[in-house]
Amino acid sequence: MDTSITLTVDGRRHDVVVDTRTTLLDALRERLAVTSAKKGCDHGQCGSCTVLLEGRRHLTCLTLAVAHDGDEIVTAAGVSALEGGAGDDAPTSLHPLQEAFLAHDGLQCGYCTPGQVCSAIGMLDEAKQGHPSHVTDDLEESVDPADLDDDEVRERMSGNLCRCGAYGGIVDAIREVAGGAPREGQPDRPAQPEREAAR
Amino acid sequence: MTVQQARPVPNRAVGIASERVDGREKVTGLATYAAEHRDLQLDDPLHAWMVTSTIARGRVLRVDASAALALPGVERVLDHENAPRAASTDDRELAVLQDDRVGFRGQIVALVLAETPEAAREGARLVSVHYDAEPATVTLDAAGEDDFYAPEQVNAGHETDLEQGDVEAGLAGAAVRVEGRYSTPAEHNSPMEPHAATARWDGSVLTMYDSTQAVHAVAATLAPILGLEQSQLRVLAPYVGGGFGSKGLPHAPEVAAAMAAMAVEGRPVKLVVTRQQMFALTGYRPETISHVRIGAEPDGRIVALEHAAIGGTSRIKEYAEQTATAARMMYAGEHRRTTHRVAALDVAVPSWMRAPGEMPGMFALEVALDELAEACGVDPVDLRVRNEPELDPETGNPYNDRRLVECLQRGAERFGWADRPTSPQAIVDGDWWVGTGVASATYPTLWMPGNTARITADEDGRYGVAIGAVDIGTGARTVLAQIAADALDVDVASIDLAIGDTDLPAATVAGGSAGTGSWGTAIVQAAQQFRADHGDTPDPGVQTTGTAESYPDSVGHALHSFGATFAEVRVHRWTGELRVTRLLGVYSVGRVINPTTARSQFLGGLIMGLSGALFEESVRDSRFGHVVTQDLATYHVASHADVRGLEVDWLDEEDHLATPMGSRGVGEIGIVGTAAAIANAAHHATGVRVRDLPLTADLFLDVPPLP
Repeated sequence: MDTSITLTVDGRRHDVVVDTRTTLLDALRERLAVTSAKKGCDHGQCGSCTVLLEGRRHLTCLTLAVAHDGDEIVTAAGVSALEGGAGDDAPTSLHPLQEAFLAHDGLQCGYCTPGQVCSAIGMLDEAKQGHPSHVTDDLEESVDPADLDDDEVRERMSGNLCRCGAYGGIVDAIREVAGGAPREGQPDRPAQPEREAAR
Repeated sequence: MTVQQARPVPNRAVGIASERVDGREKVTGLATYAAEHRDLQLDDPLHAWMVTSTIARGRVLRVDASAALALPGVERVLDHENAPRAASTDDRELAVLQDDRVGFRGQIVALVLAETPEAAREGARLVSVHYDAEPATVTLDAAGEDDFYAPEQVNAGHETDLEQGDVEAGLAGAAVRVEGRYSTPAEHNSPMEPHAATARWDGSVLTMYDSTQAVHAVAATLAPILGLEQSQLRVLAPYVGGGFGSKGLPHAPEVAAAMAAMAVEGRPVKLVVTRQQMFALTGYRPETISHVRIGAEPDGRIVALEHAAIGGTSRIKEYAEQTATAARMMYAGEHRRTTHRVAALDVAVPSWMRAPGEMPGMFALEVALDELAEACGVDPVDLRVRNEPELDPETGNPYNDRRLVECLQRGAERFGWADRPTSPQAIVDGDWWVGTGVASATYPTLWMPGNTARITADEDGRYGVAIGAVDIGTGARTVLAQIAADALDVDVASIDLAIGDTDLPAATVAGGSAGTGSWGTAIVQAAQQFRADHGDTPDPGVQTTGTAESYPDSVGHALHSFGATFAEVRVHRWTGELRVTRLLGVYSVGRVINPTTARSQFLGGLIMGLSGALFEESVRDSRFGHVVTQDLATYHVASHADVRGLEVDWLDEEDHLATPMGSRGVGEIGIVGTAAAIANAAHHATGVRVRDLPLTADLFLDVPPLP
């Protein structure tokens, strides 16, 4: 059975006809050709389909499109327009978190990356709102994104799998943007100096 | 002047850490993968959904598609009776829908084509398949001794067996002997992008966006099956969401997509393999069992070494993991025997997964070395140093540049190995035992002939560089431009690189840690020929194509990379939970072309090794033949919270015996030895010797105190 719904995706309003069985992810990918949200497992096990749905990170493969009539969705293609991003007037710009992913090489094949980016932005906002995680010691104490240590970031990001193993760069990128102290622990840079370009 | 063979290139751009050139497309999600191409999508694709067998062996009696065809939106249902006929069915894995035989559970038995993904999926559910099931053997345990046979050769063309000296006499006369049975479970590559293809047949050319590590190999393999000339297949793979070997060779779903496209001429067909289907249809690392026997002098010097590997393969297509080949070249020792036997099972077809052979083989060998160190009372690092061979034991040839000892020593210093207590169970920190372990790593330097590159002079001093290579996340798009810049002696910013398309000059697979070296050599050769032909100020439009048929001039050398992996683990004294708290890999891989992307490759290898050490286990149902753990909730791979304390280092070197760039390869060595280092660290922490992956918590319950 088909039904018509309205979705706002990355600031653009779409009237779209979906099958009532269509997941939000398939509505984006197959009906609207918005492929920034990726399908890695279709079962809520990998996090690749994460978007910001009404401002919160959300798996789009585990929800039906018809449940989101009128909702606003931001994918990794649209996060630069968010608060803290470069703004609407610079559509080719990146969100600072995306810049940090590039600087820390927090990606390889790129397939999980848009989900990691959306998840990280949503996660930092959750921390700002004071949400604790499984590894938060004191549930009563307020949380500040800048205070999240590596363990907190890892725990909060563990719904997003990366088979290439870019986890270290992703955590570095998130902590840089969260504005916290430099990462604890050992330097994990190559020991040899990286040569200056000869030209 | 004809450039017969690429000459070494002075490094300028090569060796510089630079940002991944396709990063922006990836962090925004605008990079387009195989199921995301709008030029075909706009043409209103049909969605394909595979119906797969529910028996492990037997025949399809009847496919009843009537209910599916009655469903609105379902256009066609292909089965073995109405699917287009293949021109060749020699490769049984790729003989999709050609006859009624079922060779494994999860095999494609029908294909539903529909207007929407929802209709295709529902249609597939409605297809009723009737079988005549036959008794099946689906596990190694169920295979009888007679079922094991010696394959003609093992993967990558290695000899099945190799014997030097008199192993039995060597073992019998040795002062110290260790012996063990080591096993690794079947493992699944599990790239984040599921295998997928979007294909369209226009009556003369089949165009296919594919998730593959080798566009030309897909065209070359599929053309004879589809009854086409290779020039009638155009395969594109601009972005590929990981592969780790599973996308190195074409698998049945690609044939299904191509066949379906040819059945509905003019209409694109999009086929995405579900995560569950990937566990049967896209290759996997087969289970391995290694029997290792080592005889040594009291000081740990190896006299005799046997590595006898057995494993499973599929009855419909042989794949024999080369598990024992590392034992042929890794350490000194006069007497040596390495053998491979496989049992043909009624299971899905295994294939390449990151460091096939070395990963499971070096788990066995490097845990055995740790046992030898313990038996001799020798430090595990020293033991490896003492067994350093002068010449390659397998061939008698000198190594290109064997720097294992430096990797071990640099790693030991950086890791703080000297402070390590010698006996197990020596460190308790609250509820945790703490231990450290080491293992060596190695990977052969492969070089694939026949790569072709085209160099074109463009306006404004720019150069077009074209080769059908594929970037599966390795950074090929970034590093090939660096190589081209050095070979042409221009700035990297003046290179316009084109890859991932069979319309470009032919290229070999992104695999075997040989992609960059092999493609790079062709680019260097073409560039040097270009300069010979057109000089330093070429007219825009001039072009040179070069093919690298040979390099290195390596006859008489054993070409390998080496490394050392150090691990620190904590094992919970009451729950058995094991955490890897530090992991250091030090590598000797020739010139590192781009420190940023190479480092990510090493880290990714280490993490996949950690994942294999702690989590990954394919559990096959012995009754029905399918993988029970067939999703990412039950087949665990390492997540963010599992990964901490990673360090990577490498030796500053260049190896012009290997490639004109001085590089060898970085993609696979990081996974090699990592699981052994972790298992050895777990033994150091607890005194429990684990010889079977993965290292699960139950193995560390009720640990007896050491005397």
